[in-house]
Amino acid sequence: MRSRIQSKLQSAELWQAFIIAVPYIWLLIFFLIPFFIVLKISFAEYILASPPFSKLFRLADTGAMYMTLIFDNFVYLWEDDLYLNTYLNSLQISITSTILCLLVGYPIAYGIARATPTAKKILLLMVILPFWTSFLLRVYAWIGLLADQGTINNFLIWIGIIDEPIKMLYTDFAVYVGIVYTYLPFMILPLFASIEKLDMTLHEAAADLGSRPFTTFRTITIPLTMPGIIAGSLLVFIPATGEFVIPDLLGGGNVLMIGKVLYSEFNSNQDWPIASAVAVVLLILLVVPMMIYQKYQAKESSGE
Amino acid sequence: MQNGTDKLFVDQPWLDPEAEPFVKIQSLTKTFGSFTAVSSVDLEIYEGELFSLLGGSGCGKSTLLRMLAGFDPPTSGNIFIDGVDMAGVPPYQRPVNMMFQSYALFPHMTVEQNVAYGLKQDRVPKDKIAERVDQMLSIVELSQFAKRKPHQLSGGQRQRVALARALVKNPKVLLLDEPLGALDKRLREQTQFELMNIQERLGITFIVVTHDQEEAMTLSSRIAVMDQGRFSQIGTPTDIYEYPETRFVANFIGSANMFEGRVKENGADYVIVQGVGSDVSFYIDHSTAVRENTAVWVALRPEKITVSASAPEDSADYNFVEGVVDDIGYLGNFSIYKIRLDNGRIIEITHPNQTRPKHGRHLVEWEDKVYLSWAPHSPVLLTK
Ligand SMILES: Nc1ncnc2c1ncn2[C@@H]1O[C@H](COP(=O)(O)OP(=O)(O)OP(=O)(O)O)[C@@H](O)[C@H]1O
Ligand SMILES: [Mg+2]
Repeated sequence: MRSRIQSKLQSAELWQAFIIAVPYIWLLIFFLIPFFIVLKISFAEYILASPPFSKLFRLADTGAMYMTLIFDNFVYLWEDDLYLNTYLNSLQISITSTILCLLVGYPIAYGIARATPTAKKILLLMVILPFWTSFLLRVYAWIGLLADQGTINNFLIWIGIIDEPIKMLYTDFAVYVGIVYTYLPFMILPLFASIEKLDMTLHEAAADLGSRPFTTFRTITIPLTMPGIIAGSLLVFIPATGEFVIPDLLGGGNVLMIGKVLYSEFNSNQDWPIASAVAVVLLILLVVPMMIYQKYQAKESSGE
Repeated sequence: MQNGTDKLFVDQPWLDPEAEPFVKIQSLTKTFGSFTAVSSVDLEIYEGELFSLLGGSGCGKSTLLRMLAGFDPPTSGNIFIDGVDMAGVPPYQRPVNMMFQSYALFPHMTVEQNVAYGLKQDRVPKDKIAERVDQMLSIVELSQFAKRKPHQLSGGQRQRVALARALVKNPKVLLLDEPLGALDKRLREQTQFELMNIQERLGITFIVVTHDQEEAMTLSSRIAVMDQGRFSQIGTPTDIYEYPETRFVANFIGSANMFEGRVKENGADYVIVQGVGSDVSFYIDHSTAVRENTAVWVALRPEKITVSASAPEDSADYNFVEGVVDDIGYLGNFSIYKIRLDNGRIIEITHPNQTRPKHGRHLVEWEDKVYLSWAPHSPVLLTK
């Protein structure tokens, strides 16, 4: 009898352990192992073979195992200006886009959060609606809008504001438009969630104490919606830094972004070790802001 | 004599025909769509008063207060504070501060920063702010909590932070929306007196919203009783309790036995009212302008009725009725007796338990026949 209960308890514990383990196993298989493979390749050497990189581990005749780490790829990344510039350019584009998304998204999120319940549902639906069409299709549509003979230029010429088409496609501007357009919902949704939680009587209290609307926004609204601002910014910044499709389609050959370099190293050059090194550095660049965010959150929740 | 009236006016400025009201509200109305929340109210509040707005839920108290603070624009009517028309003046420029029902403390700021917030907006120098905040925190006895965040405080402490924050700017008028609503009974009573002390010490005009009649009676210099967006009566706590003007006020403040009746006789300084459906008749020693035979109501407070087990010697025709004890409620300091009349009507009486009941016996016992009587100045004649 007792052992029956005990075994039942044990199986309950096992079940619990299993449920907790599932997400870890998932991350292990689909994130950690691939990451270590990429990391391994980044320390290898390019060879003409299939797969096109040298082996990291080698078994000697004596039975000992040798590991050869080749740092050449990282040194190369550092020494060749192309990579450094591309990283910097990517960061500049993704940071600027994140700020633009924040500036555009905040008023929109605020408006939605303060709308009547029915309007709120409709507006939220409109924010999510673009996801129903393929991302690629939407970026192609921007080519049609931004091209020299595109809709916008034709319209501006037709109403007589300009005589010559303005060059928009294959410029930084087009890439910004594409990134802001694509990632805006990822900014709006977390912002909306944190603005909606905001207690409006706090605004009244601030006004009552003599604070003008802008001061209230600066001293009350922004600090209290900071979790939304940070979450939204990371959701835009991280994918925008590694973005490949948008700079490729809308930036043409004129805009250098790290995603494009990665693509050409892997595909055209078949240089997997360099491509892996590029990816590892990119990951480090992205993990640092994540860690800052985690720290901020930990501080916030311990203070809360 | 001159001095005597001056003295009277100092305590009761509303009696002085020459006194200028500090807050003046003229036919103020607020509608939400087709619903009228505040309906053409007039009100004059004098400097240094602790004025209460008392009324049931949804009667428009908060709406009135929010119009004073400037959060909601009135649909029509005027508000003057210290002689200045408040029309179009935004909340951040009004000489009033509000203590919110929910306290509305800024969660991301410490107690100190919360209290300093209002002074910062006025660009008061830093050392002055620190000094003033310290002073305010010591008044509300929160000095040792200055560095805490609101969520690390108890309900009563939060309430005092809210009070300090609202008082720190020395407003001309302080608006308090159910300031003690979230506190338990004991803390509430204690805080009521603290609030009164602070108000007296600082001399700031307080307008307090409450739905608790005891709180209003304890705190206020005057009370406005509100019902469905209008004032039923404005007066001192004694006025409101002893001389209610409408049935609503008589029932809302304390409890009252309400009798329907008809005016039988209207003399120069007395009125006789015959109760409808019972043989109670009232001789009331204050007269009102009512014609004979009009339908009126008579309110009689439970504590103003004398109960005795034996018939009074000079059994009068008026202000007297017989009944049977239907129920007894022992509340410690006093007891409630429910007396059933011949026609089945129940009259409520309260009686202080001055002496200890012997062997658990009360003044009267269940099903005892009792005689009720009251003085001619006790009943209140109501026509509304
Ligand atoms: N923004 C609004 N829109 C529509 N109706 C409103 C609005 N604000 C208040 N009301 C209505 O006006 C009436 C008065 O509301 P108010 O908040 O002044 O009541 P109150 O006397 O403060 O009640 P309580 O004691 O419950 O706080 C209520 O019936 C309420 O439903
Ligand atoms: Mg209210």
